[in-house]
Amino acid sequence: MSRIGVFTCHCGENIGATVDCAKVAERTRNVPGVVHSVDYKYMCSDPGQSMIKEAIKEHGLTGVVVAACSPRMHEPTFRNAVEEAGLNPYLCEMANLREHCSWVHEKNDATTDKAADLIRVMVEKVKHNTPLHPIRVPVTKRALVLGGGIAGIQAALDIANAGHKVVLVEKSPSIGGHMSQLSETFPTLDCSQCILTPRMVEAARHPNITLMTYAELEKLEGFIGNFKATIRRKARQVDEKLCTGCGLCITKCPNKKIPDEFNEGLGKRSAIYVPFPQAVPNKPVIDKTNCTFYKSGKCKVCEKMCPTGAIRFDQQDELVTLDVGAIVLATGFKVMRTDKFPEYGYGKYADVIDGLQFERLASASGPTLGVMKRPSDGKEPETVVFVACSGSRDRAKGVPYCSKICCMYTAKHAMLYKHKMHHGKAYVFYMDIRSGGKDYDEFVRRAIEEDDVKYIRGRVSRIYEEDGQLIVKGADTLMGGEPVEIKADMVVLATAVQAQDGSEELAQKLHVSYDPYHFFAESHPKLKPVETNTAGIYLAGACQAPRDIPETVAQASGAAAKVAALFSRDELTREPVVAVVNRLPAPTFSYCVGCFLCQSACPYQAIEAEEIRGRDGTLIKTLAKVNAGLCQGCGTCVSTCRTKAIDIQGFSNEQIFAELMTL
Amino acid sequence: MKIGYYPGCSLLGSSREFDESVRALAQALGLELVEVPDWSCCGASSAHVLDHRLALALPARILAQAEAAGLTEILAPCAACYNRLATARDTLEKDPALARDIEAVIGQPVTGNVRIVNVLEVLDRFRDVIPGRIAKPFAHKVACYYGCLLVRPAKVLKFDRPEDPRSMDRLMAAAGAEPREWNFKTECCGAAFSVTRTDLVAKMSGKIVADAVRHGAEAIIVACPMCQSNLDMRRPEINARLGAEHTIPVLFITQALGLAMGIDATKLGLQRHMVPAVMTPAAV
Repeated sequence: MSRIGVFTCHCGENIGATVDCAKVAERTRNVPGVVHSVDYKYMCSDPGQSMIKEAIKEHGLTGVVVAACSPRMHEPTFRNAVEEAGLNPYLCEMANLREHCSWVHEKNDATTDKAADLIRVMVEKVKHNTPLHPIRVPVTKRALVLGGGIAGIQAALDIANAGHKVVLVEKSPSIGGHMSQLSETFPTLDCSQCILTPRMVEAARHPNITLMTYAELEKLEGFIGNFKATIRRKARQVDEKLCTGCGLCITKCPNKKIPDEFNEGLGKRSAIYVPFPQAVPNKPVIDKTNCTFYKSGKCKVCEKMCPTGAIRFDQQDELVTLDVGAIVLATGFKVMRTDKFPEYGYGKYADVIDGLQFERLASASGPTLGVMKRPSDGKEPETVVFVACSGSRDRAKGVPYCSKICCMYTAKHAMLYKHKMHHGKAYVFYMDIRSGGKDYDEFVRRAIEEDDVKYIRGRVSRIYEEDGQLIVKGADTLMGGEPVEIKADMVVLATAVQAQDGSEELAQKLHVSYDPYHFFAESHPKLKPVETNTAGIYLAGACQAPRDIPETVAQASGAAAKVAALFSRDELTREPVVAVVNRLPAPTFSYCVGCFLCQSACPYQAIEAEEIRGRDGTLIKTLAKVNAGLCQGCGTCVSTCRTKAIDIQGFSNEQIFAELMTL
Repeated sequence: MKIGYYPGCSLLGSSREFDESVRALAQALGLELVEVPDWSCCGASSAHVLDHRLALALPARILAQAEAAGLTEILAPCAACYNRLATARDTLEKDPALARDIEAVIGQPVTGNVRIVNVLEVLDRFRDVIPGRIAKPFAHKVACYYGCLLVRPAKVLKFDRPEDPRSMDRLMAAAGAEPREWNFKTECCGAAFSVTRTDLVAKMSGKIVADAVRHGAEAIIVACPMCQSNLDMRRPEINARLGAEHTIPVLFITQALGLAMGIDATKLGLQRHMVPAVMTPAAV
């Protein structure tokens, strides 16, 4: 026989001003099974909690209903109090009189009636509650960081410095990411590589960090604390242990006409290459699609030249399986290419370039060694037009969002250009200048006021070529929409920041949510910005949304702190609100008939198959079994089950029906 | 094959050669043109700047006439007619209340069951036939000029790429020509300002002619009577403004294809141009 205690909270005036709490407590006393019902101003206060504890002992309560705020606020408070009084915490439930009643209704009798109903419903549920115990799972204290840009490097270093092992996986031959391509950084104009390369070296030398470059995630299984990741280490065709990074193979490679990815196609590289001089690791890879040997079966010049015999033409991809406890996603972004702009020539004009290409032109390590030369004929551009919001905030391009970094880097580009070519003219077409951030607006003002960059508020409608010059047609909306026509030598489009190619597939592999633009989705836009909806997987940097370097670094450190907190425990405890498949004595074993509809419905891959075998080993029945470590308690399987064999602990069909039947 | 045909006013007046060449080409390709009975003006460039309902009622009457005659598709060679008819059809389809209002104005039902097609769309259906019918390849470098009305608004017309269309280039390549990449495929020629602001039209059309010449074209190919007349009839003003002697002829796509298919130049109305089209096919 149930002995339920009900504790109605006024929450100051939050509930008390709208609901007649004394009346509610009074009426609740008559509900069958309720042996104790009181009201109090602040149940969450120490005296309030003491009331509950004492009542449990005094009245021998078998269940508790606290009628107060949302369980998201104080469920842990009251469950702890109940536990301290010797009752299983899962025998305590909350009726939400605040968000579900007093805050949304007027003060009148109906509101008080509804409050009494909400309590009655919860009393019926608690009558069917059973004692539950938190689930414990072990933790593998090794993190996997996917992406070797500044986000991944920072996250890896912070986790490693907290004393945990990290595997840093990067798909290209070197870590460094987009930041290694940048010339200078805003708002300080310090050299990007100068501040990045020490971190790259630190990551490579750190005893807790294992670098896996030229590698990608193939498959992920498991759950928080217990992931099993399969990494594909792509064949470099070079034995990393023997290679000393002398570079002789690169100098001797006969095929040097391949567009260079690191220089955004503005330079050329050889078929065996390292992406850039400060690459980490400084070990070359052979680009098999362009290598003469792989195309014609002849050459092998690199093999002949290599002083340590490190070239391996027969090397194959290798699959490595790793046990990891947490994952940081730091796969970064890409920029929209100029060929997506029909009005700006569909990418057919060599001198219409994107922001990353300009970075390479301005960089001392770039194809022009930092001298301003336009791509088509190497002429020094006397007039350069920068077009902000190229593709961003443009529904027609499928990018309604602001790319966030372009206002700042466009100001930087214009300044870098003016610093290199004092007599040159720089124009910026913009929609708005969004320069929120420490020292950011000052930086833009400096471009306008000190470096004489001409800012024109308006869009560019057309770019076309005439006699070796680019005609940029636009409007100046601050001059009454007057048409502007500028004869430019080069145009830089600040193209939209987009999710990295393959983000959708990666998200599906990891069971992480993503937004319509394929950026990975955070668990809560404000309060859980580095977590994903999948426990144990965290986000860092521009794979979540367009970000600049300071924000990326801060978020990476945030993700690392989450991982370190996770690794601070040997075991994880989880709420026991998970699905269970019912089990019965032989010969039925379970209502489950093994149809596995639940398996296809489960978004978390938590349903496994369990075989029931007789003493002689013959298979009697195959049942569904829920992996409690993976289950998130969403209940999809429950609604799918044809034989009602699955229930969620704490939210069983029996409990829900009892709640409904009392209304 | 049968198709509804809406010539429109231009094709009876200043651009008779477009009508003549469309008919000549249709005959050669075995396409029967069924003129919309008792057709009236589409409203052209005037109605839609004066009165929204009038701008819908005029083309709606043509649609209603075509529907009554059992036509399911209308070829409108004039780009302005094509644009007005297609826009009206789209507007009425999206706003049933407005459609009922317009029906009351014209006193006829309009169901919107007629598709409006331009001359490039129709010719494209013969893309497999045309190469086999080329008698004298049009062996010239050409600038294909689409103008503004054939491709915009893209959401309504859903025809070709709005900033850089390709359909005419493909057809001309099939006729043996060498289409040039150039800048002003869809730039405005000045359109109906030809009469009131000839100076503006000379400036705008002048840029188009100059760019075509700069990119090595020997002929400009068009599919719009307004574009044709501005680039052709206003040539003296254009040349005066540019201080140049541009003699590049402006041909309708139907004339160029007709010549390549061996149709007589007079039948195609080539003698009607102001700038003489002295391009005997395969003369180069």
